[in-house]
Amino acid sequence: MSKVELNKETGPREVFCGLTSIVWLHRRMPDAFFLVVGSRTCAHLIQSAAGVMIFAEPRFGTAILEEKDLAGLADAHEELDRVVNDLISRRPEIKTLFLVGSCPSEVIKLDLATVAEKLNKRFLGQVRFVNYSGSGIETTFTQGEDGALKALVPLMESTDDEKLLLVGTLANNVEDRFKKIFNQIGITNVESFPPRQSTELPKIGKNTKVLLTQPYLSDTVRDLKHRGCEIIYAPFPLGVEGSTKWFLSAAEAFKINELKVHEVIAPLANRARQALEKHTEILRGKKLFLLPESQLEISLARFLHNECGMELIEVGTPYLNKDLMDEELNLLPDDTKIVEGQHVEKQLDRVRASSPDLVVCGMGLANPLEAEGISTKWSIEMVFSPIHGIDQAADLAGLFSRPLKRNQILTSKTLATH
Amino acid sequence: MELTLWTYEGPPHVGAMRVASSMKDIHYVLHAPQGDTYADLLFTMIERRGQRPPVTYTTFQARDLGGDTAELVKRNITEAVERFKPKTLLVGESCTAELIQDQPGALAKGMGFDIPIVNLELPAYSKKENWGASETFYQIIRTLLKDKVNEIDKINPQRWKSLGRRPKVNILGPTLLGFRCRDDVIEIQRILSEQGIDTNVVAPIGSSPEDIERLTDADINVCLYHEIAEISCEWLKRNCGMEYTTTIPIGIKNTINFIHEVHEKLDLPLTNKGELEHKSKLPWYSKSVDSNYLTGKRVFIFGDGTHAIAAAKIAKDELGFEVVGLGTYSREMARQVRAAAKDLNIEALITNSYLEVEDAMKKASPELVLGTQMERHSAKRLGIPCAVISTPMHVQDVPARYSPQMGWEGANVIFDDWVHPLMMGLEEHLIDMFKHDFEFVDGHQSHLGHTATNAPDNKETKHEQSNISIKEEKTILWTESGKAELTKVPFFVRGKVKSNTEKYALSKGLPEINDETLYDAKAFFS
Repeated sequence: MSKVELNKETGPREVFCGLTSIVWLHRRMPDAFFLVVGSRTCAHLIQSAAGVMIFAEPRFGTAILEEKDLAGLADAHEELDRVVNDLISRRPEIKTLFLVGSCPSEVIKLDLATVAEKLNKRFLGQVRFVNYSGSGIETTFTQGEDGALKALVPLMESTDDEKLLLVGTLANNVEDRFKKIFNQIGITNVESFPPRQSTELPKIGKNTKVLLTQPYLSDTVRDLKHRGCEIIYAPFPLGVEGSTKWFLSAAEAFKINELKVHEVIAPLANRARQALEKHTEILRGKKLFLLPESQLEISLARFLHNECGMELIEVGTPYLNKDLMDEELNLLPDDTKIVEGQHVEKQLDRVRASSPDLVVCGMGLANPLEAEGISTKWSIEMVFSPIHGIDQAADLAGLFSRPLKRNQILTSKTLATH
Repeated sequence: MELTLWTYEGPPHVGAMRVASSMKDIHYVLHAPQGDTYADLLFTMIERRGQRPPVTYTTFQARDLGGDTAELVKRNITEAVERFKPKTLLVGESCTAELIQDQPGALAKGMGFDIPIVNLELPAYSKKENWGASETFYQIIRTLLKDKVNEIDKINPQRWKSLGRRPKVNILGPTLLGFRCRDDVIEIQRILSEQGIDTNVVAPIGSSPEDIERLTDADINVCLYHEIAEISCEWLKRNCGMEYTTTIPIGIKNTINFIHEVHEKLDLPLTNKGELEHKSKLPWYSKSVDSNYLTGKRVFIFGDGTHAIAAAKIAKDELGFEVVGLGTYSREMARQVRAAAKDLNIEALITNSYLEVEDAMKKASPELVLGTQMERHSAKRLGIPCAVISTPMHVQDVPARYSPQMGWEGANVIFDDWVHPLMMGLEEHLIDMFKHDFEFVDGHQSHLGHTATNAPDNKETKHEQSNISIKEEKTILWTESGKAELTKVPFFVRGKVKSNTEKYALSKGLPEINDETLYDAKAFFS
């Protein structure tokens, strides 16, 4: 365990809730529909978080609770039944329907598990129903994906076949690259979870070795373990270093000689390091402050320090799962200040006092910080962009160098009049 | 329970945030769980604001629920007051906090602060954003003025004469995330000042609690957006006799009517009556020959109450369009929108469902859609040009340039924004002449938006289309000559011609539709 400095903070937070993860989950599984059982706030949240990027016919929606639903739970269950029936008759292409709990549905104790069970019986063979909570009182941002995947685990059939299971949503092109590289290394049976179609869930069992692609899947990991899967602990595949160690850990689990891995990866790594260089030029020595949001902060900090030469002022994370993050923490420089949780006002005080060159933060904070003269990078972009793997290392660095480069351009001669 | 895929309005506390963020020296403590901070990005991303909304979220978690969430509220209130030193504190709750009933407003009032505290009770399960904004604005005014209004005499709108100063008005209603409010305020102030009328206070936008306290220095109120300010104007009228204007100055006619109304209320002689209609280019642009082609263009309108009603008036009276659909998502304005629709001999569409709006749009086969950003998307799918006239706000609705909707410049902006998506007059004739050339076949629609390119959309549209054609095949048969003739009809009215012809054929009991039937139907309906 490295000697990082672990701190905890509580107070007002500026972090999305778990419902937000629907924005990428519904794109990963186009045959699934995400029905939030919540309030107008929930509906507005998802469309606002998604609306900045997409504005099309969605495969997610909200069953908005109204006053009469709060009066009697029995009626609320019946109402939800009606809404689901409407939805399925209108959207016959739906194969899996996620009933997603929210803050209000959790507080009034709406039992979505029982509702899902009943609906499963009625729509047997047509639509499958699962439920999880994306509520802000229990989950942050990316944790919603953890809930959704955990809900699917019981539906995964058993197998004793040996396989590598990549767990966590990936961009399709990245997934294809990973599978090709694993093939070259000698791991041929590679599947992904979540799959591209909700009905094509991989089978799992005692010979399934799980390799996480995302750091926010604690509950899913626990349930996969219960099903007998072996968990491969590794740093996450961000940057050349993280990805290399990630491939190596998988190879080790499959008893493949590490020389074989290096043979496959070396040319890719060399190419990636060259591509990184032009970003590193900009990033080296710059001071970085990461506010908590996507849960990727620790891996990003490791990449931006070790491979891009940035100095770490503070690394915020919404919560810290030491088991899953141990490998990452070991790669961080000693005395890295990690802050779990948030008091947004106090944290912003520290941001201002430390005059960082770049702050990674949520969209609510980015422009206000820019207006104070502090460069920012929105964290939400990390979960919408293909950033995983060796081939994407330069693109990942580019997300951080771009704001700094832009600042150089704009503050020189172009905008200033004197 | 209401299935919602997309909503025109946010919850009522977002309305409260619009008012709080519009003002200075105000802070809003919102009892809310993690996640509700998403609303900040509406201001920082869509409006590109360089300041965070003045909101503290208590951020309670599940584990707090068993314990003392009331203490959490008090701690956040204390911290917020110390840190931000507001001159007035708003305290309220979002949907989830409403269920746990901590009464944060009452708690705050018991904490002994020496600043006014506004307790906001905004029922999240029955009300929406605009209502929340309206209620918040009203509660701020009531809290800050309730003692003062008892002490002052009824305000006579003509008192400026005896006081020996120029008449003074308040402009009430503009907020952040309101459609072009930023520029409407400038335009209206400019118009009033040309008439010799001063602005006392503009609120909520840019005002402080001190400004609210001096609202009663004005002679009358200008109610700029009914959705936000009508209740407040009504309260000020009831409690201190302040008159307020009800005409919304969008379009030439209503800008002139508005100026008349202000002058009448103030008993200020209107000396430049004849000049007024020359202040905007809209009347001449609309009269110029190229605008001939605008005559009778079929227009479908949907938006908030204020902008939808205004758009219908302009479309009919100032541009010579035919309004074939009018609707709103503002239930609070349903009565007025219904009345406006009745004047146009159509039935108003009052709904929150954008799918219902798209359906109505399809049925009306308009040549131009005036709607929200969502109607822009629906219209794009249907291949119909569209201009955006109303909230909900999108980053494109906060243009860098000055572009009001109200007043003279607003009318200029409206002419450009509505007419440019259409084909220019001469251009339309050319297309008619050359329509059989390959450049003009479907899919090559000149300057018009092409249909959506992303795959799921296409799939769904196709799906719908095939449904429609199946349905229609059952009703009546089109012969080859009939189909051929139909393809010669310009694409933007083809749907209407098709359904009219079928209606005609059915009413005449015809077994099939050939080319002649098309012409018979055309003669019948024209």
